[in-house]
Amino acid sequence: MDFNKLLELIISASLINNFVFTRFLGLCIFFGVSRKMETAVGMSITFTSVMVISSALSWLIFSYIMVPLDITFLKIVIFIGIVAAFVQSADTIMKKTAPTLYYKLGIYLALITTNCIILAVPLINVREEYTFIESIVFGLGSGLGFTLALVIMASIREKLELANVPRPFRGLPIAFIVTGLIALAFTGFSGLITL
Amino acid sequence: MFDLDLTRILSDLIQLINSIPIPMLGVGAPVEGREEVDIISVLKFTGIFLGGIGAVFGIGLAMAARRFATEVDPRVEEVLDVLAHAHCGACGYAGCQQYAEAVVLNPEIAPNLCTPGGAPTAKAIAHITGKEMIEVEPRIARIFCQGGFSKSLRRFKYEGIEDCRASILAGGGDKSCIYGCLGYGTCSRVCPFEAITMSDDNLPIVDPTKCTACGKCAQACPKKVIEILPSAKEVLIRCHSKDKGADTKRNCEIGCIACGICVKVCPYNSPMVENNLAGIDLEKCRVCGICVRKCPTKAIMDYIPSRPKAFVTEKCNGCAICTKVCPVNAVSGELKRLHVVDPNKCIGCGICTSKCPVVAITGTFNYMGVAKAALRKEKEKTEETEITLV
Repeated sequence: MDFNKLLELIISASLINNFVFTRFLGLCIFFGVSRKMETAVGMSITFTSVMVISSALSWLIFSYIMVPLDITFLKIVIFIGIVAAFVQSADTIMKKTAPTLYYKLGIYLALITTNCIILAVPLINVREEYTFIESIVFGLGSGLGFTLALVIMASIREKLELANVPRPFRGLPIAFIVTGLIALAFTGFSGLITL
Repeated sequence: MFDLDLTRILSDLIQLINSIPIPMLGVGAPVEGREEVDIISVLKFTGIFLGGIGAVFGIGLAMAARRFATEVDPRVEEVLDVLAHAHCGACGYAGCQQYAEAVVLNPEIAPNLCTPGGAPTAKAIAHITGKEMIEVEPRIARIFCQGGFSKSLRRFKYEGIEDCRASILAGGGDKSCIYGCLGYGTCSRVCPFEAITMSDDNLPIVDPTKCTACGKCAQACPKKVIEILPSAKEVLIRCHSKDKGADTKRNCEIGCIACGICVKVCPYNSPMVENNLAGIDLEKCRVCGICVRKCPTKAIMDYIPSRPKAFVTEKCNGCAICTKVCPVNAVSGELKRLHVVDPNKCIGCGICTSKCPVVAITGTFNYMGVAKAALRKEKEKTEETEITLV
């Protein structure tokens, strides 16, 4: 296995092509849970694990069922179904086997089901024709990137609460402006790796 | 017969579909490049695959739901419905769901912990869980400082984040009085019910109709000038300054200088001076408000806006107790005769109402409470006599 390639994948997924700051996906959750550090961290952990497992599952179903049957055009529908079914079953199983974990992270699971990053990752995996390991690593990298974005945003917004923001900019508008500025900063990563 | 027909119709249909010229079906990578698409096989596999995966997921989820079913007490849902859904944490649990589960499953947890919901919620929870209802005394957040920006001095000019928690980091805040409200409105921002507003003089004002005594403001206040107290106790010494009288006087126009006048005038021995600060013993206080009128610095606040005057009704038996207890000698009248209250003299303290043996004096703020207590006493008495009779 080419470890350099995997490392590059993680860095490119988390920093260079950060889903929030470069591709501008998953903004609803990003703004929804970045108000407090505690919820941001909880969301990040849940998000990353769901992302890794769902990209593995969707890769398996895509390569072993959909490609041989020649029905790859169904991928959007099927990937949504896979994620939704996985999240729902994880929700049920976690409630029974790990109630404490469920109370910490369960509330975020329902939000994740229809998140666009979760759908984008399997779609990109398929488009780039990644192998199984690469798909998982790409999912992990994307999850880390989302975690990074949430943690940065949550720490800034906790400070923003105390700042003297002009009245029309209070709340979401200033959050959007901050996101734009961070996105600008993230363009600095674009030269990090030349693939 | 029918089967045969069906297959023929189907094959006709397939032929019909096949005869439709489809120049290009621009979806999916492997199909894209071809000029012709075998739509039948695609449709067939699509149907099988979608149906199959749907069935697998459906059956899987159904099995998971059965296999990992968690027993949810239906009462939890019922309790959850009656809670206030403020997620304020006043009950000591993370959220309303957690409290609902705890109160249903654990018999030791009291049903009256939801302060925003108040008495009706406590009653409903007690009813659902079959627990004994304990009366919740309504409480409210009280601000123990009256030294707004115009009435108090400051040690330096604070220019920073407009938040009490931030300003206290700058040498304990800019107020000369280190016990006083900083006035940057942290409490009004943390209040989940928007019950606290900041006045023009930068003092918090609690809206008694909105305050649910959840205690978030008392927790957030870095100077601890907010206390959650029973809302019936409407006379309070609104100062926390433990400075010596002269220092307090210099720093603030309206602080308690521990002169001890309230201790002397109180008919119930409620106020006490400790550490250069007078405090009211809420157990003893009967909210008569005499100390409010005598306090030289107006540090004592009467939350009853205008005290209604006392009025003697026909029930009076002329015992003349009220003439003795009245602190301002507003009651006049001879023994065995109907007494009269002079409305110009009466200050509405309610002492006579509570002392009257036949509950003949009405009109004061405490009449309802006194009348209710008298009724209850009478009821108990009759019950007792009934028991002795039996």
